[in-house]
Amino acid sequence: MFPYLSFMTFFPLAGALLIALTPKGKDNLVRWIALLTTLPLLVAAVKIFCLFDRSLSTMQFVEGPYPWISTFNIEYFMGIDGLSVSMILLTALVSTVAVLASWGIQKSVKSYFALLLLLFSGMFGVFSALDFFLFYVFWEVMLLPMYFLIGIWGGPRREYAAIKFFLYTLLGSVLMLLVMLSFYFYSEGHTFNLLLLADQAKQLGPFTSTAFRHACWLGLFICFAIKVPVFPFHTWLPDAHVEAPTAISVILAAVLLKMGVYGIMRICFPLFPDASIYFSGMIAALGMINIVYGALCAMAQKDFKKLIAYSSVSHMGFCLLGMSSMTAEGFNGTVLQMFNHGTITAMLFLLVGVVYDRAHHREINGFGGMATIMPRYSAITTFAFFAALGLPGLSGFVSEVLCFMGGFKNYPIYTIISVSGVVLTAAYMLWAFQRVFLGAVNEKYKDFDDINMREVVTLVPFMIIVLIAGVYPKIALDLFNSTMTALSHAMGTLPVAGL
Amino acid sequence: MAEKLFSLIYLVPLLPLLGAFVNGAYAFSGAKLVRPFVHTIALAAIFIPFLITVGAFLHVTSLPEESRQVVVTFFPWLDVGSFKANVEFLIDPLSLTLMLVITGIGSLIHLYSVGYMSHEPSYARYFTYLNLFCFAMLILVMGSNVPMMFIGWEGVGLCSYLLIGFWFTDSAKAAAGMKAFVVNRVGDFAFIVGFLLLYWTLQSKGHATVQFVELRNAVTHLDGVMLGSFSLVTIVCVLMFIGATGKSAQIPLYVWLPDAMAGPTPVSALIHAATMVTAGVYMIGRMSYLFSMSPAALNIIATVGFVTALFAAIIGFTQNDIKKVLAYSTVSQLGYMFGAMGVAAYTAGVFHLLTHAFFKACLFLGSGSVIHAMSGEQDIQKMGALRKHLPITHATFFLSTLAIAGIFPFSGFFSKDEILWHAFNHSKLLWLIGVTAAAGTAVYMLRMVTLTFYGESRVSEEAMHHLHESPLSMTIPLMVLAFLAVFGGFLGVPESLGHFFGLHESNLLEHWLEPSLVFPKEALPMASHATEYFLMVFSLGIAISGCLIGFVLYTKRKDIPESLAQKYPKVYEFIYNKYYVDEFYKAVFVNNLLRLNDFLALFDQKVIDGIVNGTAYVTKIVAYVSGWVDRTFVDGLVNLTASVTSFGGIIARRFQTGRIQTYLYLALGAILVIVFYRFG
Repeated sequence: MFPYLSFMTFFPLAGALLIALTPKGKDNLVRWIALLTTLPLLVAAVKIFCLFDRSLSTMQFVEGPYPWISTFNIEYFMGIDGLSVSMILLTALVSTVAVLASWGIQKSVKSYFALLLLLFSGMFGVFSALDFFLFYVFWEVMLLPMYFLIGIWGGPRREYAAIKFFLYTLLGSVLMLLVMLSFYFYSEGHTFNLLLLADQAKQLGPFTSTAFRHACWLGLFICFAIKVPVFPFHTWLPDAHVEAPTAISVILAAVLLKMGVYGIMRICFPLFPDASIYFSGMIAALGMINIVYGALCAMAQKDFKKLIAYSSVSHMGFCLLGMSSMTAEGFNGTVLQMFNHGTITAMLFLLVGVVYDRAHHREINGFGGMATIMPRYSAITTFAFFAALGLPGLSGFVSEVLCFMGGFKNYPIYTIISVSGVVLTAAYMLWAFQRVFLGAVNEKYKDFDDINMREVVTLVPFMIIVLIAGVYPKIALDLFNSTMTALSHAMGTLPVAGL
Repeated sequence: MAEKLFSLIYLVPLLPLLGAFVNGAYAFSGAKLVRPFVHTIALAAIFIPFLITVGAFLHVTSLPEESRQVVVTFFPWLDVGSFKANVEFLIDPLSLTLMLVITGIGSLIHLYSVGYMSHEPSYARYFTYLNLFCFAMLILVMGSNVPMMFIGWEGVGLCSYLLIGFWFTDSAKAAAGMKAFVVNRVGDFAFIVGFLLLYWTLQSKGHATVQFVELRNAVTHLDGVMLGSFSLVTIVCVLMFIGATGKSAQIPLYVWLPDAMAGPTPVSALIHAATMVTAGVYMIGRMSYLFSMSPAALNIIATVGFVTALFAAIIGFTQNDIKKVLAYSTVSQLGYMFGAMGVAAYTAGVFHLLTHAFFKACLFLGSGSVIHAMSGEQDIQKMGALRKHLPITHATFFLSTLAIAGIFPFSGFFSKDEILWHAFNHSKLLWLIGVTAAAGTAVYMLRMVTLTFYGESRVSEEAMHHLHESPLSMTIPLMVLAFLAVFGGFLGVPESLGHFFGLHESNLLEHWLEPSLVFPKEALPMASHATEYFLMVFSLGIAISGCLIGFVLYTKRKDIPESLAQKYPKVYEFIYNKYYVDEFYKAVFVNNLLRLNDFLALFDQKVIDGIVNGTAYVTKIVAYVSGWVDRTFVDGLVNLTASVTSFGGIIARRFQTGRIQTYLYLALGAILVIVFYRFG
């Protein structure tokens, strides 16, 4: 069988090398190479979508395990289940859109696109690696290009934001490295194979001490929590988003944040089932804090992009609430919410980029009446904003409801408080919309061009997906329902907490 | 034939959606506006569904009572864990009644809009929203499960937002749309929590379902389930009712509806009078089996309903904006409907929903015709004596006013009387509140009619110049609605009266709706026919005197209300400013929320991020210190070692002379030392 996963992981790398070899000054050639590198990824993603067997909860498209560094039993082992496949599809789509959205980049085009493609390699790798060491390597591979992409092509405070991002993530990586090495030394047969480790975990795993298991769980959780980001580790996000160029913000929000949640569900849960259940109350509480705190902070923001960054904090809280439930409803909600947040927030960042490209500022109070000046832009924004505030019929609603449904079973109080996010999100979204788009026309901007074709093309795929996933969510849920149901069974059922 | 009709039923919501899509794409494309194209599409998109609905209705009436419930499934929507929901419709008497209202009155209002919006540049956008609204509203009433209903519920909220803020260049109007949506979301918060509570309790009993037909049996297992000191059903019902107070503008969440009058007037007629605002009433009717299980929740609903009816009617006295008067009147009439639902007179509630849809839509459209004729003027103090200029508008408006005031034999009389009759059997106090509100309704409605159409003209020269009766597209809907407002009441002639007039079948609506509803187990003892007649005559008397008082006070004796207002300026101010509820909410909720936001944003920046930056700072200092230590001590030690070594070297070098004699002397000396040490 065609090695889809390795292809998707290493093809961008090849593209990056090709770009590195192009002569200086051929900026357009570089752009086209980047685009032509991502298109096969998209084709492969569609192929995977068609070939993926929805009824299985096990790994598919498996490659390996092939020995890689055999001295330490490190293997090259790739494969995807329902959890990863949705992320792979999302990554493929976002990558293509990110290249399109980067068309206007003028500064050192060659290095920009080379780094971008390197980043893609890391992203696909993380979502398909089944060997802990391999996962770690891809995780670190992503870090570097992201640091440069923010630090070189970012806004005025780009260096601060890039270093903050880098150090914060590195701190998490160190914790992951420690836990990973513990696994290696304590596991039966010294392996990094995640599936084998999960099997061993069923008999309470390689670590006999509960306290040690809890400590390892916390270490991993903090590593992933930084990526999600979970309160109180979230402050790198608004800075990184505000400084990053549009396309990088899109990738950051749509794919990189998902790796946190993905990591928790791929590694923390199967490898530490008992610790995960032990800490599930904490996850639910953090989810609630993310939802409400993020929404309240979003309402106070004056920078359009910062507002959306905080809305990300809020929306990722739903993932935490859903996963804390250990129910099929909640797990499905979490994965769907990851996917939906990816598509919806990608739209939001692209939309902010549209107005920023024209006005060169993002002050929410500095606009007004844009709906009269740019009616099409405002129509698409309305769609995206209502998707973000969870309008039934669009995708965000389905995942929010599933997360609530999951959460309510075991943590009703946290969930009830989280439901208030429904009101707060509507308030900050519509209030921002009101200030930017409605009211009297701001004379300063009355000559602005409406949204152009390239911008529309970047947005339309997301709009279609958001609509389809809202009207017929089964098409998305079927992808991961079996995997998530199996995981929820594997986690056992929590004792019902009651009100 | 029958199957064919039901297989066509999906067209009922789908056509308005398609219409919205076509006109939406047209508006988006920015192509040159061709009005006939736009309104032909929009009208067809709602009128064809009306015809299909009528067909379905006729078909269902021919079925035996027990089979008047058809579930039409399209595709599975969700199937996760124990949570299953399909995209499917429930066609039964209750949903059919509402579907007729939505498509029927919807068609009339679409037609009216052709005339009313004829100068509007965003014509296509307007009809897009209007069609989209009909789609969402139809999903709301046709959906066969709670999620489907909620999709419609929020969908109409979206359209309401878009249409209230239709003229969004005016910040105040745009803000009114936002207010409507957010206040509704507060209600939705309670609704979602209620739904979650209901679902998981059912699930724990092994009856997890969200489908209305299955729920009917499933909820019986909730009998006796307690949550703390309340029965679970009561808590669920109250939470869902809070959701309804948002959508249907009841105390405490009614504040958005008066502001919603910022939208175009046909929108007020369709959304904020005839259809959307009655969604809460429909929801209670749809889940009557649940609400019937909790007398406590019903009592709360009845109380809130009747109090809202009176509360809003009083505000109606002081308002001068013709649409604001109608808005408060809508809040008040919705209060009656909830009052009816609360005393478990579900059919009476739906009956009033129906008659209210007729007369209030007519009144709103009439006010639109007046505003249209007055070139946009909405203040009734600047009108007067318009009846000569707007004969059709005047006639239809007047008839509808008599209907809302409850004059026999107009429609409002029958529905309101039935509600008051049930309220009387339930509680004399509620009845008294209801009757007082009815008297108030008659007075303030006549005040409005009188100030608008009678007395001396206060119209400005400028407006007088343009004064004209509206075109046919606007007057035809008015006439049809006025006809319904006059005769609609005969759908629900009470048994006592029917008996009196020797009718064979009375209370058609009640018999029609019965299969959809479940009433509380313990029926209330009903007072005698004699009492019923007496109450009827009494409330009719109240209504007539109210009308007369209203007419006289605002034509011949205008000095009385003026002197009253002057005598009690505080009271007048208090009511004129709607009891300062908006101001109260703003001060208590909105401002504190904004303060909390700013505080948290600052907290996030200074404390949380402060810790991060502080850690970085501390690390930097530590790095600096350790750098210094490194340079001074660690490196110093290294250098010291080096120095010591080199010093040692300097000394040691002196021994390395390279002369063989020196080495021999040294060796000899060493041997002597060893020999002496060993043997000495």
